[in-house]
Amino acid sequence: MASVTYEHVTKRFGDVVAVNDLNIQVADKEFLVLVGPSGCGKTTALRLLAGLEDITDGKILIEDKVVNDVAPKDRDIAMVFQSYALYPHMSVYDNMAFGLKLRKYNKDEIKRRVEQAANILGIESLLDRKPKQLSGGQRQRVAVGRAIVREPKVFLLDEPLSNLDAKLRVQTRAELTKLHQRLQATFIYVTHDQVEAMTMATRIAVVNQGVLQQIDTPQMLYDKPNNLFVAGFIGSPAMNFFDAHLRKDGNNLFVDTGTFSIKVPDEQAKIYMPHVNKAVIFGIRPEDIHDPKYEAPGIIAELVEGKIEVTELMGNEIFLYLKSGEHNYVARVDPRTSFKMGDDVQVSFNMGNMHIFDKETEQAIR
Amino acid sequence: MKSVPDAKEKPTNILEWLISNLAGLFISVAMPIITFGVLIIVFKWLRATTPNTMTEKVLVSLVAIVWGVGGALILYLISNKVVEQLPPKWVKLLQPFIFVGPAVVILLWYLALPAARTFWISLFNRDGTQFVGLSNYVAVFTERDMLEAFRNNVLWIIFGASLSVIAGLIISVLADRSKFENLAKSLIFLPMAISMVGAGVIWNFIYEVKDVADPQIGLLNAIMVLFGGKPQAWTALNQPWNNLFLIVILIWMQTGYAMVIFSAAIKGIPEELIEASRVDGANELQIFFRIMIPYIMGTIITVSTTVIIFTLKIFDVVWVMTGGQFGTHVIATQFYRQAFTNQNKGFASAIAIVLLIAVVPVMIYNLKQFSGKEAF
Repeated sequence: MASVTYEHVTKRFGDVVAVNDLNIQVADKEFLVLVGPSGCGKTTALRLLAGLEDITDGKILIEDKVVNDVAPKDRDIAMVFQSYALYPHMSVYDNMAFGLKLRKYNKDEIKRRVEQAANILGIESLLDRKPKQLSGGQRQRVAVGRAIVREPKVFLLDEPLSNLDAKLRVQTRAELTKLHQRLQATFIYVTHDQVEAMTMATRIAVVNQGVLQQIDTPQMLYDKPNNLFVAGFIGSPAMNFFDAHLRKDGNNLFVDTGTFSIKVPDEQAKIYMPHVNKAVIFGIRPEDIHDPKYEAPGIIAELVEGKIEVTELMGNEIFLYLKSGEHNYVARVDPRTSFKMGDDVQVSFNMGNMHIFDKETEQAIR
Repeated sequence: MKSVPDAKEKPTNILEWLISNLAGLFISVAMPIITFGVLIIVFKWLRATTPNTMTEKVLVSLVAIVWGVGGALILYLISNKVVEQLPPKWVKLLQPFIFVGPAVVILLWYLALPAARTFWISLFNRDGTQFVGLSNYVAVFTERDMLEAFRNNVLWIIFGASLSVIAGLIISVLADRSKFENLAKSLIFLPMAISMVGAGVIWNFIYEVKDVADPQIGLLNAIMVLFGGKPQAWTALNQPWNNLFLIVILIWMQTGYAMVIFSAAIKGIPEELIEASRVDGANELQIFFRIMIPYIMGTIITVSTTVIIFTLKIFDVVWVMTGGQFGTHVIATQFYRQAFTNQNKGFASAIAIVLLIAVVPVMIYNLKQFSGKEAF
């Protein structure tokens, strides 16, 4: 098993910069998820590592070896493709054995490994079938099986769950996590689905427009996003943003959005004080806005007046779409709430979890 | 609510079955006859008008086209309307005959009947006056000229068909990775646009041989002489291998066809499949043989059978290049020679039937491929 390092990696397609000065260090046995919107360069980054694209600039290392000029087959990696890319003319067994046959393993060893992998994935009964006789979920397993029989140093997974239905996706997500623990291998996983990223990753690298935005553990990424993009990308429904400025009133600091003004808790006030009167973006996650009757204990709550435009019952919670003056925002509240559509209400903002971003640079102010 | 008759309902008794089929047969046969009748009447009327000026001619042709196509269309529409007035069950039974019946009947008239007639003629002597049984067929398989033709046809298939397919495959794979793909493919496809006779003339010049003392105007011999060799009569010497010089012409023409079809098939191979095999450890040759070839196997079979059928029927090239001399006769040229030079209609028909029978299995296989893939 191995570590992977991207050192100032850049990839250009003509004038388009797909990956821009990417620096990532993936530790041995880590499950790193590259996440970002479509076309952000995350798949390109993965393909560079696989050797399917040439690097324009920079270095990629697997363990301590620069692999820029190493052919894919000699990089000791395995890849699971979004479309699975199973060989349609081969049986499941041959699909999984193909890589081993090319590497001239002896028959018994191939058989042992394929059967072991099939056992792990629960596809022993499918070994004689052709890919087109399999369901989407089964194909996905075969694609994973084809990767694990090779026992490579690094597993690359390119949106392997995106072709599965919602229920299967959740199930397979958990299975991949288990597989990672079992194989004790380095996984690099590309997805545009932040839920997959949050649930599976040891660390997440958020990429946008070819540039790495932040790389951190899921919890850190969620609690302390570096910039506006990461804050908006991670979490569903997304974080609410308000154009605002910081106003000092006596010893207190307020976030002034034009329609409402909220007091900043003293602890944060110390940090934001140097930025008084600056144009900022105030961010707060939907789950940090409560119905005052059911707010979580111990939070620093500040009341804001708003009108409820739409309510969405999710069963375990209710989404409130609120409007205060010019500002639209979403709250995720306790389902016991008595708030109704059209009500003028007061909701409480948990200011302990507030975020402030510089409006110009879009970077978090901490 | 009205009950809708089951689409799969079959006629319940023999009488009904008989009537429906007879009616169908009647429609199938009567429709084209009526159509042809009406067309002929109008044709005669048009002939009687004798157009003089260009405008008149154009006008008359336009009327002919509109009347011909429109007349047939109206006839079909009316008969369709008539059938649709019948109870739904009868509509289901008879409508297919309206649409495909006439086409099938005309096809039988033009294809099946002549084939049967050819077979009938093949059982008679040279001018059809005396029944000779299968002795024409015995001659087909024993005469020295015919055996030579069979041998040559086998050469044509072994070298011509297989090399066209292989060359087409290799070129399509190479072109797929080239920057000049379109240019290269256009150039290789170009001979397809030339008629067989035209190609024969071109290659006649390439193989042209002159006396040693004279300058060589044939390209191949000019090259030979340039490098100090002696001019050769390529298509006459060294039998039976002189056939290969004719076969080259077919390869030259057919490679383009094979290439174009293979090219489309290769572009249909998902890029991820190739990439997956690359990550799995395959080199380019292994990708070609173990991934690409199996993936496009259906296309390879289709192209091969098509080229084989074409090769079996080869005529023009041989006729233009050598006229069958120097041991280059093939089945089709022998057929032509017997039919039109020798005026032996019985023998010629027997050859034609043998050629037909040789083509049929390949054709059936080919059709199975088509229908299996619903490609065409």
